[in-house]
This record gives sequence, structure tokens and C-alpha cells, in this order.
Amino acid sequence: MRLLYFGWVRSRIGVGGEDVSPPAEIADVRALIAWLSARGKGYADAFADLRVVRVAVNQEMADLDAAVKHGDEVALFPPMTGG
Amino acid sequence: MIRVQREDFDIGAEINRLTKGNVKVGGLACFVGLVRDVAGDQRITSMTLEHYPGMTERQLEKIEAEARRRWPLQEVLIVHRYGTLAPGDRIVLVVTVSAHREASLESCHFLIDWLKTKAPFWKLEKTESGAQWVASREEDEQAATRWAENEPA
Repeated sequence: MRLLYFGWVRSRIGVGGEDVSPPAEIADVRALIAWLSARGKGYADAFADLRVVRVAVNQEMADLDAAVKHGDEVALFPPMTGG
Repeated sequence: MIRVQREDFDIGAEINRLTKGNVKVGGLACFVGLVRDVAGDQRITSMTLEHYPGMTERQLEKIEAEARRRWPLQEVLIVHRYGTLAPGDRIVLVVTVSAHREASLESCHFLIDWLKTKAPFWKLEKTESGAQWVASREEDEQAATRWAENEPA
């Protein structure tokens, strides 16, 4: 699974992206974030307040209950500030 | 048409290219977003725009398609820059071309409101006391919501 981080999510985690192989029981975004948060302080800081975390699965906006699976591209980022 | 680029754009050249040889145009509306030099009480030295390559283009295409669905538009142009910009630099250009002013003005306003909350860009402002990510504003969310509630006639 390809993970991408943007904005302060990237700053807090310290990398822009990584390839991960979460255990089989990680089936949705919420579980994926919980699994990532247990990996270290940067992750825990990035995902401390899920109200300000946005998600895209395979480049389409998704919510925390969206399904994720091996091979997906999952991006985690703050609310967008375009324009 | 959408473009995501590091380079600056020439507003006059873009408008000329969009309307050249088209005598059915009644009006065009144009919005240009620029980098301000202050954020709150802090002086900004630069702003870096990060984006999500691939998804950015997809989102901008969707936003353009939505504007074309709602208004009779002959041309739509969205140019959004990324990378490090200085105060006064242009960030974004939206041009909408129609037979009538209402369609061009309203759709231009709609596009820029939607860009604020639906285009995957993030702004990092550098000030003399350090760098800070620009937070999304509640007013921007409200502005985008307005278009969801009020479909044009």
C-alpha cells in the first residue's frame, strides 16, 4: 500500500510518502490511521485530531470508514487551502 | 482547460488566446489570486504551495466540469501554480468565457470558491519567526457551501 502525506501531516511524520504492508485486519482508513499512530510520536501527532485530517483513496476523496486494501494509494492531509 | 505549473502566467496572453477568433463571446470574467505580504500580524517572506500531483489535475477537471454543467460556458481556464512564491506573485488564474455576463461572473466566483476547499493544495507561509501551514478558514468552507445550496436558474 502506497501512503502519501501532505501539509502538516507530512511535516509531523517527516516523510512525504512510504510503502507499507499493514496486517490483514486493517480494512479501513480509520484502522490504518490507528495502526500508523502506534508507530511513533510523529504519526501520533499528525493524527491526534481526526477532525482536521482529510483522506483520499486512489486519488478520490474518501472518509474514515472507506475501505483500503493492498495496492491502494492512500493520501492523508489537512483540509485543502487552494486558490 | 486546466494547468498546474511552477511558472508564472501572462493574464493578457491567456485571455487573448481564449477569445481569439471567437465572436460569440459576450463577456469573460477573470480572477487572479496573489500572495499577500501579511498573515495576521506576521510579515510573510515567502509562500510555498505543495500539491498532490495526479489528484490535483483530476480535482480541477471535476471542478471545471461542474462549472460547465451549471452554466453555458464557451471556455474555462484554470491555471494554478505550485512551488515557492514571493509576496505579490500570482498564484491562480480563473477565466470563464460566455455569451453573457451572468454566466461568466457567477461561474468564475463559483470556481474560485470551490478551488479553496476542493483543490489539493497546501500553503506554507514563511515569516521572520518561522514557517507555518495556512489553516483552512471557516469562511471558505461556508463560501463553497453556498454554491451547493443555490443552484443557478
